[in-house]
Amino acid sequence: MATMTSVPETKRTPRVYAVKVQTRRGRKLRDNLTGYAFLIGAIFCFALFSWFPMIRGIVMSFQHTKRGVTSWVGFDNYTRIVQDPSFWTAWKNTFYFTVLALILGYLVPFVVAILLNELRHGKGYLRILVYLPVMLPPASALFLFKYYAYDPSDAGLFNAILKFLHLPTSEWMQSPTMTMPAMVLASTWMNMGGAVLIYLASLQNIPGELYEAAELDGAGIFRRIWNVTIPQTRLILALLAMLQIVATMQVFIEPLILANGAGTQDSATSVAYLIYQHGFFQNDLNGAAALGVIMLLVLAAFSAVYVRLTTKQD
Amino acid sequence: MSVPQYRKVAAIALVAGLGFSLTACSTKGDDDSGKSAAGKTVITVDCQPDGSQKDLLKNWNDDVAAFEKENPDITIKSVSVGQQCNNPPDFTARLTGGTQTDVFYGYMTDLQQVLDSGQALDITQYATKDNIPSWDSVDPALKAVFTDGGKIYAVPTKNYSMGLLYNKTLFTKAGLDVNNPPKTWADVRTAAKKIAALGGGVSGYSEYSAGNTGGWHFTAELYSQGGQILSADNKKADFNNAQGKQVLQNLKDMRYGDNSMGTRQLLQWADLLTNAAGGKVGMFVGAPDATTAIVQQFQGKYQDWAMAPLPGQDGAAKGTLGGGEGYFFRKDLTPEQVKAGLKWIAFEKLTPGKGQFDYARAKTQNQPVGLPQPLLFANGTEAQKQELDARKANQNVPSENFGLFEATPVPIKGEPVNAQAIYAVLDSAMSGVLTNPNANIDELLKTAETKTNQLLASNG
Repeated sequence: MATMTSVPETKRTPRVYAVKVQTRRGRKLRDNLTGYAFLIGAIFCFALFSWFPMIRGIVMSFQHTKRGVTSWVGFDNYTRIVQDPSFWTAWKNTFYFTVLALILGYLVPFVVAILLNELRHGKGYLRILVYLPVMLPPASALFLFKYYAYDPSDAGLFNAILKFLHLPTSEWMQSPTMTMPAMVLASTWMNMGGAVLIYLASLQNIPGELYEAAELDGAGIFRRIWNVTIPQTRLILALLAMLQIVATMQVFIEPLILANGAGTQDSATSVAYLIYQHGFFQNDLNGAAALGVIMLLVLAAFSAVYVRLTTKQD
Repeated sequence: MSVPQYRKVAAIALVAGLGFSLTACSTKGDDDSGKSAAGKTVITVDCQPDGSQKDLLKNWNDDVAAFEKENPDITIKSVSVGQQCNNPPDFTARLTGGTQTDVFYGYMTDLQQVLDSGQALDITQYATKDNIPSWDSVDPALKAVFTDGGKIYAVPTKNYSMGLLYNKTLFTKAGLDVNNPPKTWADVRTAAKKIAALGGGVSGYSEYSAGNTGGWHFTAELYSQGGQILSADNKKADFNNAQGKQVLQNLKDMRYGDNSMGTRQLLQWADLLTNAAGGKVGMFVGAPDATTAIVQQFQGKYQDWAMAPLPGQDGAAKGTLGGGEGYFFRKDLTPEQVKAGLKWIAFEKLTPGKGQFDYARAKTQNQPVGLPQPLLFANGTEAQKQELDARKANQNVPSENFGLFEATPVPIKGEPVNAQAIYAVLDSAMSGVLTNPNANIDELLKTAETKTNQLLASNG
């Protein structure tokens, strides 16, 4: 910097100025080298495990491989996959799962977080209890549901409870109408712990004076939640809603384990499972890639609309 | 070390680490010649029994040791791929990723998939008596299954046909005659009702409907009706007809008409055999080696099980499903590796008195000996004679248990092309009638037909 101040800006010759700029750039580059070096790792991992497979998948969706020979087939895979009788069923199931998961999996953690936040004693223990299922590997948790809770005979936990209460029992995963609610129930139980903790952190950041002021204005508990809690946690609520929708639209492990795949007459077939079925059971990797691209486009479109809407609101 | 310096060092270490990783990725771990440093030919082979199958694992490892002693220039590296050597999605993933072993297990139905993946090696010139001493005795029909365009791509190691397996203990308890098993599907229905009436969670008849196994059994039962999965030219589905409907109707009647199939459905291979080994299944369609799996993998008793021919609709079955397995070879193997692989397959799978035919050893381990299959050797060949003699000498399965199955042969039909993909489609029809009392059989078959035709069209 000393050299820069020694020569007044107006008196510098162009040559000297160019040298200075180069030196400055070189120094800037050196200064940022550490940052670039750290970036290489992330870029390498993203490129290898995210971007390359994504591009490869898009390319594959326009190809067909037979006897080890790959040829370009235009939109044939897309046409074929849309004509698969399970295609619309899979989308319908996926949307149904997403909506149910939004009602149950979005609302329940928020309510639980509010309740936990209101507690004066044992908050820590209850927080651990709520978070405990997240620590179970998803496959183990789902097998627990499959063999212990959802057993279609009277020996199953849920059926035993229903029987004890003199209520009609269910065949759970074997019933076309109960398959989706049962999957959502298991999924919510498994995943709600993380959402509860995030909501709790957000709730604890709400200034107490706001509640006090609301109370002075005569607001009851529901009014306080509506007028204070929800507006104050709106950003987190919006973010988690989007993350939840994007995650639940990719539901896969639940049908795979709970319903042994497609379930009763495709009642558990999700789009992600249909991709798996085409790719690995029907040896149709190109069709699977086409369906994967369709799903990517749907989720990208949803995310774009969602971000635009929430940005406008803010 | 100051913070900026520490950051620089960490960054340099990170870049260097990545550089080393890339170098490691780009360098093949094994020598392309397939030779070890000691100059031995090295081959990897899959389908080594997993840790849960202690006797089988010990037998395999002992066999590898004995083989390597006999062939000091060959090293076998065994790989276990789970209890079921070919779980279709795992198999596809390995094949697509090119991570299969040098010599790899596959079903007879897998030839097209292996060819499509571009991973198959033509072993015609190597599949000779020099490398497999019993090769000329192997049933030519089985070699044909693994042959395409006149080229052989795999060595057959098992061959089966399906029938009706039934639990003698449950038959006796239900007052049924163990020597007079059901001959028709109506008989099966009657017997299933009586067995299910025993209670205690016992299913009179049990059936698959998930993991491709439902479609596999639909095919066998369709053959029993005289039907076929595909048209003669393999271009169209041919099961949406009276025979296909009858298969599903029989199951629906037993499941919901008689409630004789139990409430737990969507069963896959291991689910049903676990129940069978636990004495909870009266009858199911299967091959003789299901008894072996019940004993070896699911801790059941072979003494409980007997086998009858597949039932027919109004009399004897018009056909039954035949299938089997074999070993393929990676396309990039050296001639020495192919020969080493063939020698190992010959030793473990195709030599009377050794490997899978070591009946003396199996008997000491209380494994079932005397089952009528695998039928690998052609009639009248020396290998067949040796195998039958050894089997008889060590037999522990009462001959009457499988006598009727052996004495009443049913015409065997092979599996359709693209079998595993079609089985996946047909699972849905099977699960439909087994889990939905209001399932519409016509609709189920129509949907499966549409999907199968699409699949055939896309596979050209």
